[in-house]
Amino acid sequence: MPSAAPARRPAGTLYRGREGMWSWVAHRVTGVLVFFFLLVHVLDTALVRVSPEAYNQVIDTYKNPVMNVMEVGLVGAVLYHALNGLRIIAIDFWERGPRYQRQMLWTVVAVWVVVMVPGTYFMLERTISEMLGSV
Amino acid sequence: MTSTASEPRDSDLLAAPNSPRKSFTPRGRANREMIAWVFMRVSGMFLVVLVLGHLLIMNILDGGVHRINFGFVAGRWSNPFWQVWDLAMLWLAMLHGTNGLRVVIADYASRPQTRFWLTMLLYVASALVIVTGTLVIFTFDPTMS
Ligand code: HEM
Ligand code: HEM
Repeated sequence: MPSAAPARRPAGTLYRGREGMWSWVAHRVTGVLVFFFLLVHVLDTALVRVSPEAYNQVIDTYKNPVMNVMEVGLVGAVLYHALNGLRIIAIDFWERGPRYQRQMLWTVVAVWVVVMVPGTYFMLERTISEMLGSV
Repeated sequence: MTSTASEPRDSDLLAAPNSPRKSFTPRGRANREMIAWVFMRVSGMFLVVLVLGHLLIMNILDGGVHRINFGFVAGRWSNPFWQVWDLAMLWLAMLHGTNGLRVVIADYASRPQTRFWLTMLLYVASALVIVTGTLVIFTFDPTMS
């Protein structure tokens, strides 16, 4: 009598458990965050119709160190959502997309890191040098 | 086996395995969901260029946020290219985000009334922001003081 094959965990449905699910959670969280930023952002830009002073005053808050760090977070969120969005599109339309979904997620993570490292440097360069007093 | 259209058949209540799916969603709504699904993907591909390009310009190139002020915006919107860019980004990002939030609300707000009013609040807020942003681009006055 053949011995029963050892029970195997399902190798992963697309959206339940493991990478597929966490990438979806992160996609949803970043999408919602960016949407709320955008609502505020269109309104702060609308201050150009109030007066140059009003606009400049609000835009100056984007330049303080705490906001500067939050901008890095915003860019990171948008970049993840964009790259993972392209991965979702590839899963849906590329015939071999579902098979390579996991590899594509690690590609998304790798590209994200490669862009964010120099990106963070350029975004914070001025703030950090001002804080160290070299300007 | 035949049956007339008026009598309900078993298969109307319970689909046989592997038979074409009988949808419980009315045709019109199923079709709208399909359009929304395609729109999310098409707008997403445009937004990759529009939004990542915007972030590169605003945060990284040439001094990043530290150089932004009224004069900077005036310079950019004197060029129709950036006006069209911002207009396309405004509409696509707002419609994409609004549809995305509609789905998120539908997933979590289980009481029909809660869902209805949250969705209405979303639509009203989105419409106001889209109209405001559009007017701002078209009525911008660089000589204002
Ligand atoms: C911290 C990051 C950001 C900065 C510093 C920034 C800066 C600006 C500035 C200076 C403008 C004025 C118009 C121009 O010069 O082209 C603008 C407009 C705009 N931005 Fe951003 N932006 C940021 C992030 C974003 C993101 C993430 C989105 C999209 C999700 C976005 C969407 C828009 C739109 C739609 C407009 C046009 C607004 C209108 O129609 O009045 N921005 N942004
Ligand atoms: C930068 C390029 C972008 C790409 C490639 C992209 C792509 C996608 C895709 C493919 C989906 C899934 C839709 C579905 O499952 O039917 C999605 C959902 C979503 N997107 Fe985007 N998107 C982008 C930008 C944005 C922006 C700027 C916002 C905010 C204004 C946003 C907000 C959302 C939201 C809230 C969802 C719904 C999430 C969910 O249902 O879990 N996206 N996006």
